[in-house]
Amino acid sequence: MLGHLTLDNVKREVRQEFAFVARNFNLVKRYWAWELVWLCYSTANALAVSFIGAGVGVISPDSNVNTQFLITYLIIGTLVWGFMSQIFNNIAEMIAWERWEGTIEYTFMAPIRRISQMIGQMIFAVLYAMWFVMVIGTAMVLFFDIDLSNANLGGMLVILLAGSVSFAGIGVVGSILPLLYPERGAQMTHIIQAFLLLVSGVYYPTSVLPDWLQFFSQFSPATYVLEGMRTAVLPGSTRSDNLFSYILPLLVIGVVMLPLGVYLFQRAEVYAKRKGCLKRNG
Amino acid sequence: MNKALVVDNVSKYFDGKSEVSLLKQWQARLTGGEIEKPKPINAVKDVTFEVNRREIYGVLGPNGSGKSTLIRMISTLLIPDEGTITVFGCDSVKEEIAVKRMINRVSVDAAFFKKLSPRENLLYGARLYGVSAAEADVTARDILQRLGLRPNSYTAPMEEMSRGMQQKVAIARAFLTQPILLLLDEPTTGLDPRSKREVQAFINELRDTHDATIVLTTHDMQEAEALCERIAILDEGEIVAEDTPDGLKRRVKGDNGNPPTLDDVFLQLTGKHLVKEDESSEEEVIEPVL
Ligand SMILES: Nc1ncnc2c1ncn2[C@@H]1O[C@H](COP(=O)(O)OP(=O)(O)OP(=O)(O)O)[C@@H](O)[C@H]1O
Ligand SMILES: [Mg+2]
Repeated sequence: MLGHLTLDNVKREVRQEFAFVARNFNLVKRYWAWELVWLCYSTANALAVSFIGAGVGVISPDSNVNTQFLITYLIIGTLVWGFMSQIFNNIAEMIAWERWEGTIEYTFMAPIRRISQMIGQMIFAVLYAMWFVMVIGTAMVLFFDIDLSNANLGGMLVILLAGSVSFAGIGVVGSILPLLYPERGAQMTHIIQAFLLLVSGVYYPTSVLPDWLQFFSQFSPATYVLEGMRTAVLPGSTRSDNLFSYILPLLVIGVVMLPLGVYLFQRAEVYAKRKGCLKRNG
Repeated sequence: MNKALVVDNVSKYFDGKSEVSLLKQWQARLTGGEIEKPKPINAVKDVTFEVNRREIYGVLGPNGSGKSTLIRMISTLLIPDEGTITVFGCDSVKEEIAVKRMINRVSVDAAFFKKLSPRENLLYGARLYGVSAAEADVTARDILQRLGLRPNSYTAPMEEMSRGMQQKVAIARAFLTQPILLLLDEPTTGLDPRSKREVQAFINELRDTHDATIVLTTHDMQEAEALCERIAILDEGEIVAEDTPDGLKRRVKGDNGNPPTLDDVFLQLTGKHLVKEDESSEEEVIEPVL
């Protein structure tokens, strides 16, 4: 499908993928005021959640909580969720966004393979999520005493990258909804995100959930990223050797979801082009 | 290959909107009552035509006659329900990417990222086609200057530009990728008379110097006459006539004894269904005047 692997083809491929990266960063730049608002809001939100950790010992003084442990636990939750949800959002909303701007037909008319489009969006999503989490992380360091001396930084990075791939896959599946349902699709992707937040154990161990919700936890890549990260960072856990048990499911979900997502996306595109739901005015 | 575009017995249907509310539909479903199926809209009916290489081919027709639907099917944005479309020998459905490489389209609405500048929008568009940004930047400035766009607008957000100016950027976007089949869906709607002429001159030039083939829809009869070698008249999704502008004019009577114009062609050949509704014997109006 790639055609012959000539230098020209590779160049074209890279340009096409870069088109999305450059475009999206330009959008971030031009909508900078909204970006700022969104960053402030997310930072405040992350801090507020982490302060719960500091608050528990005060709310019930007799309880025997390890405040530092709890704070770190919550901070990992907010940062990891911030990272993952940015990746999901940026990919799942790519169609809704273009629909809103009105450019969807021009992107779909271009001679670009969907997989290249997805790779371009993914590269942007990961870079953007990193920047986003770095800003929030900096705020955290200013407010809380975070001890990473025992953390397995290499392991953290691998888990995060593996998690990115599987979240991107889920994002691609989510982006199909706005393609099929011009009016309600974007809302539906938010529901998916909310559900993932609930079942993945972002701020609590999944074991506190009712059984039927725990059932869904095992399918969410965020569950493994969060548990893996906590294992890598928090004291008292055994080190690197068992991180692989979190990385493996992430790779499996990623390897299944990404091609499946692109396949389903292409099916949805054909459907949209038959029914005329890309756009109709003019 | 001499045929740039072959449209062969193409039809397109859309689901109609139901008159009955969604709630009523569900009620009917639950109570086992009759569900009224909305009538499908037959937007394009069995359309067949061919466009030669380096030809400028016009498609005229009233609002809602299916012009944009036809253009969208050629641009691979809609899949025909019946028939086939071939662009320089490539099938628009089976060889989609190959067709996409050869075409570009300008639509009535200049669809851009509103906050991005023309430069950012155009480089995005060019990169999608594998054109390098450096190359596209030079060509884009060149085209926009020719079309009379002020240089400082090039890097300011699109939303600050007038509709006509945005339309010029849309035209530049299509020209940038050097399509050999260019689909222009009302490209000059909203442009002032001078800009219109500039664009028309540019379209002619593109055909002459770049060997492009052009399919053009317009509501401007003078434009059609000035540019098109052949014109198809679309009415209610059907081609009711196809000829050179002069050939079409020979088919109708002029107004008040004046020589017939394309306006007369348009008025007399289209909208028959409207006439039929009140007077059923109006069919006779169209008589070849030789
Ligand atoms: N995506 C769509 N979904 C449903 N109906 C559609 C869609 N696109 C077009 N139609 C219908 O098909 C018919 C033809 O529309 P089309 O836009 O092709 O007309 P047009 O000739 O371009 O009109 P205009 O001169 O106003 O641009 C209309 O009845 C329109 O409502
Ligand atoms: Mg139209």
